Amino acid sequence: MWQQQKFDIIVVGGGPAGATFAQRTASKGLSVLLLDKKKRIGTPVRCGEAVAAEDFHALHKPQKNWIRTNINTFCLIPPNGDAVTIDLKQTGYILNRSIFDNDLVKFAEQAGATVVTNAYVNAVTIEDDFVTGVKGIWNDEPFSVQSKLVIGADGVEGRIGRFAGIKSQFSLKDLIAGYEITASNVDIDKNTCYFYVSNKVAPGGYVWVFPRSSAEANIGIGISGKKYEEGNSAKVRLDSFSRKNFPGYKEEAVTMGGIILAKPLKKIVTNGLLLIGDAARTVDPVSGGGIIWGMKSAVYAADVSIDLLKNGKEPSEANLLDYQEMWMKNEGKQVKRLYRFKDAIYNLNDDQLNNIARKINKLPAHKKTLFNVFRITFQNKPALLLDIAKQFVGI
Amino acid sequence: MIVIDKEECDYCGTCVAICPENCIDLLEQEIDIDYDLCTECKLCIYVCPIEVISDVAAAEV
Repeated sequence: MWQQQKFDIIVVGGGPAGATFAQRTASKGLSVLLLDKKKRIGTPVRCGEAVAAEDFHALHKPQKNWIRTNINTFCLIPPNGDAVTIDLKQTGYILNRSIFDNDLVKFAEQAGATVVTNAYVNAVTIEDDFVTGVKGIWNDEPFSVQSKLVIGADGVEGRIGRFAGIKSQFSLKDLIAGYEITASNVDIDKNTCYFYVSNKVAPGGYVWVFPRSSAEANIGIGISGKKYEEGNSAKVRLDSFSRKNFPGYKEEAVTMGGIILAKPLKKIVTNGLLLIGDAARTVDPVSGGGIIWGMKSAVYAADVSIDLLKNGKEPSEANLLDYQEMWMKNEGKQVKRLYRFKDAIYNLNDDQLNNIARKINKLPAHKKTLFNVFRITFQNKPALLLDIAKQFVGI
Repeated sequence: MIVIDKEECDYCGTCVAICPENCIDLLEQEIDIDYDLCTECKLCIYVCPIEVISDVAAAEV
């Protein structure tokens, strides 16, 4: 039985980050236990399901049934409705997260990981200042299991890090209330992602319409907790948006959850524990997208963990810092930079948003690029212009 | 006193994420507030996507 074993690694959370980590470490011969609180991996999906294709390919070879549709166009709709349409240089996918998540966990299992679902972790065990395992409830029975290293891949609501003393309190402006429906009977372009920005519709956030096909879409809203108004929840706002913009739509499914628009966590490792994915805030703080960065953090963390455990080195905070530094150097600094745009973007008023859209629409077609959207948005903020250039050349 | 309408709750965890006291416990279809720790800061009310968390006067409970 898995409860009686001592594992090299316990991964808490079987989303894309946790599963990617488990697969990589198990395939190197480490003993890995993957725990997930869900009864069935991949349901419910709390996600808009969009990813950039090139980044995705670097991490996993896409299977046909993972992809609902290809994205090559970005459409920004300002408050006055005068849409800006931009050809994306890079293509994207709308994933079927349910199948994708399931397959990744299957891969982890095939690589040798032990996968246990319906396992809720509600504490970590700590001995001599080291995390030595986790405790929780499995099928209504308490369990306790030991490992050399614990991975917190437990998502936006994850508490593993906090149990281990990592401070990860959100400020209200950095956590977005997300609500999404899958709607049929909508008429959209199946290769375009639509973003509606308006302080009336989605204060401190935006509405996304991501196609699943030309007649079905994920329609979601994120609003800042800071902009809370009684009686005007994310759900109330999205329902009214959908009725207005997609009259006759049929609601097929509903999902919701917190969306992270935050700075990277400074500390994501401690003695015997590290955090990956949403739990480590590896999320784009402008868009709220976190699938790719979550999996990237898993890859860095797996490389460091394999090196330590395979060579009999202690997974102490000092040794795990290699992961934290690798993450910050290669990706985290970009998250930091994007966070500076985030505040500037979400503080624009509706007139400013309309003006930006008008200016972009005046550009000749070949100049309508995401880079120029950013450039025009921040032309009055020289301090951010250099950041934009860096962002787009990736330094 | 902060109360979650368990009939309407989707168990999405957004309130768990924002709670500064780490006092909301969420199992698959169960959610509980540890009232010994809750400070009634109301952040959970502000982030709930479907507004099923409310602050009710003690007398109503």
